[in-house]
Amino acid sequence: MSAELLNVTNLVKNFELRVNNGARRKKRIVQAVTNVSFSLGKGETLGLVGESGSGKTTVGRCVLRLIEPTSGSVEFEGQDLGSLKFEELRALRRKMQIVFQDPFASLDPKMTVGASISEPLIVQGVPGDHTDKVIELLELVGLSADHAQRFPHEFSGGQRQRIGVARALALNPALIILDEPVSALDVSIQAGVVNLFEDLQSRLGMSYIFIAHDLSVVRHIADRVAVMYLGKIVEIGEQEAVYEHPTHPYTKALLSAVPLPDPKTERARTRIMLEGDVPSPVNPPSGCRFRTRCWKAQDVCAQEEPMLTVRPSGQMSACHFPES
Amino acid sequence: MTEKVLEIRDLHVTFDTPAGPLEAVRGLDLDVSAGELLGVVGESGSGKSVTFLATMGLLPVRARVTGSVLLAGEQLIGASAKQMRSVRGRTLSMIFQDPLSALNPVHRIGVQISEMLRSHQDLSASEADKRAVELLDIVGIPQPSDRARQYPHEFSGGMRQRVVIAIAIANNPKVLIADEPTTALDVTVQAQILEVIERVQERFGTAVVLITHDLGVIARVADRVNVMYAGRNVEQGTIDSLFDHPSHPYTRGLLASLPRPGKQRLKPITGFPPNMLNPPSGCAFHTRCEFAADICKNELPNLVGFGDLLTACVRARELPKSESFA
Ligand SMILES: Nc1ncnc2c1ncn2[C@@H]1O[C@H](COP(=O)(O)OP(=O)(O)OP(=O)(O)O)[C@@H](O)[C@H]1O
Ligand SMILES: Nc1ncnc2c1ncn2[C@@H]1O[C@H](COP(=O)(O)OP(=O)(O)O)[C@@H](O)[C@H]1O
Ligand code: SF4
Ligand code: SF4
Ligand SMILES: [Mg+2]
Ligand SMILES: [Mg+2]
Repeated sequence: MSAELLNVTNLVKNFELRVNNGARRKKRIVQAVTNVSFSLGKGETLGLVGESGSGKTTVGRCVLRLIEPTSGSVEFEGQDLGSLKFEELRALRRKMQIVFQDPFASLDPKMTVGASISEPLIVQGVPGDHTDKVIELLELVGLSADHAQRFPHEFSGGQRQRIGVARALALNPALIILDEPVSALDVSIQAGVVNLFEDLQSRLGMSYIFIAHDLSVVRHIADRVAVMYLGKIVEIGEQEAVYEHPTHPYTKALLSAVPLPDPKTERARTRIMLEGDVPSPVNPPSGCRFRTRCWKAQDVCAQEEPMLTVRPSGQMSACHFPES
Repeated sequence: MTEKVLEIRDLHVTFDTPAGPLEAVRGLDLDVSAGELLGVVGESGSGKSVTFLATMGLLPVRARVTGSVLLAGEQLIGASAKQMRSVRGRTLSMIFQDPLSALNPVHRIGVQISEMLRSHQDLSASEADKRAVELLDIVGIPQPSDRARQYPHEFSGGMRQRVVIAIAIANNPKVLIADEPTTALDVTVQAQILEVIERVQERFGTAVVLITHDLGVIARVADRVNVMYAGRNVEQGTIDSLFDHPSHPYTRGLLASLPRPGKQRLKPITGFPPNMLNPPSGCAFHTRCEFAADICKNELPNLVGFGDLLTACVRARELPKSESFA
């Protein structure tokens, strides 16, 4: 087993929402992330999946301390980020980077690609001329030295995503959070970017949190997978166990909803059709948050919150009546 | 032969842009048979939306459109604005990725459906209202008579897309065009909407054109599929043939690039999509094609029967057999 790089324990993030309701102002709490715990080993990839609004991005932003968690702890290389002073946090932050979904929005259009890539080095006060480092990084992500002088609009989506990755790699991070890094890309281009992530990891040994709603891509790249529903992890474990033997009804339904690119398989599959949409995180259901859409729900599901429990195939899931 | 409800021939669409003319659709041929579910795939910018916006007469006036589009025998290219208004929503309907933009925020859902009914049919207000509730029921909206009195903002994304489908099928069109109708939705909601679309197709015999970038969606619901590249239709066939023995190198590349369980390494298509201001000569795929030869740069391939597929590749007959993805 690799030593743990990251330990997240009972992470909670509530957002306060001010609703203007005519003359009256109401305050509402969005429970974006509730009691999320997981760990991540060195050189490991954890996939974070779940539907829109399930809290994936919020988890990522809390881990990087881009936003302050409401409660819970994030330990990185054994240090509790919440107890660090500003300067200490800044020094640690260079080891944690994020790559966003939208390769178009995440680069400054007025900066050359070279300037964008060296910016983190300058911000972190790394001394010297960064030209060689920029070229090394460009080549690492499959671009070339002469790209450094060009501007983002001269690049395609896949190339811009590579520039974003080069920028994230500038400070030799130990952890990169990839938030929907290939969702905006065409499938034929996605494959190259996914290969790039795999190659960089085997060469440089960093860990990834790979956030995506595309379950097939996550299956391909992740060692372990966490499935989120309405702010909570409902199932977490080895990729193979979760995909081959899902034990939480939501995981099972989610996997069965994913269309597979093979007509014969599609015709042979039995699908679990969930009813309705995900409820609002402002007022999540009591007990098990999935119970309003779960075909197995009983009275106990509304009263008692199911705890994450180890299942025979090795993963953990939070359900009173797990699938076998 | 099954009856063709939509026949597109040699369609060209050109936009004037500050950087010069951009030909988004470059001589496209495409057929839709009555009652079938036709999938249309292709990468972003390949001209999928423009093709069907042209069909609907919904492109900006500065777009130059030539060629022929026959809808049940009626020529739509060059048709008057009045003629197109009478076609849209009656024989031909289109739905989009973002259902909210298709709905009027200040009108009740039921009223919006009734309006669509009464603009093409001679119905009394109460008949139209009754029919609106039936349509909401058909697209799977629970308590349809209560929901008909609500406004769009009171519906979730998936429920709104159902409402948009109800409006689109209100007058029992021959063809329903669905442009990425589930792309903005979560996968569990996508599964519901795909089921509604299939139900409409089966129950009313509506031909559906489903535009998507997701080959999984195609494999799940389509009967036939068209693959587009750089403003042209490069391959066409039944889903079983196309997934089992794709012929066009671009189709092969697309299918090979997808992650599948047990696959060790993904296989991207090399290079990047073409710049449509200046597309490559001849077969536009030659800049990325592993089988490209000199002839490909000079000759613009047309769709030719190749086994049970139609393929636009000058070298189709010489190529090694593809692996199967079925
Ligand atoms: N700044 C904020 N203020 C209020 N609510 C927020 C804020 N950021 C996130 N939320 C809410 O928190 C919940 C989780 O958001 P988050 O963006 O983390 O989800 P996600 O799973 O990553 O969604 P998506 O897949 O759409 O990006 C959502 O209900 C979202 O609306
Ligand atoms: N209104 C417009 N003006 C100029 N160019 C356009 C316009 N609409 C689309 N295009 C161009 O036409 C090409 C095809 O676009 P589109 O059909 O939207 O692609 P997609 O297959 O993603 O739906 C693209 O190069 C796009 O930039
Ligand atoms: S705890 Fe109950 S409601 Fe929740 S997933 Fe399990 S069976 Fe369904
Ligand atoms: S015509 Fe030539 S370049 Fe085009 S797909 Fe066929 S082999 Fe490739
Ligand atoms: Mg997100
Ligand atoms: Mg489009």
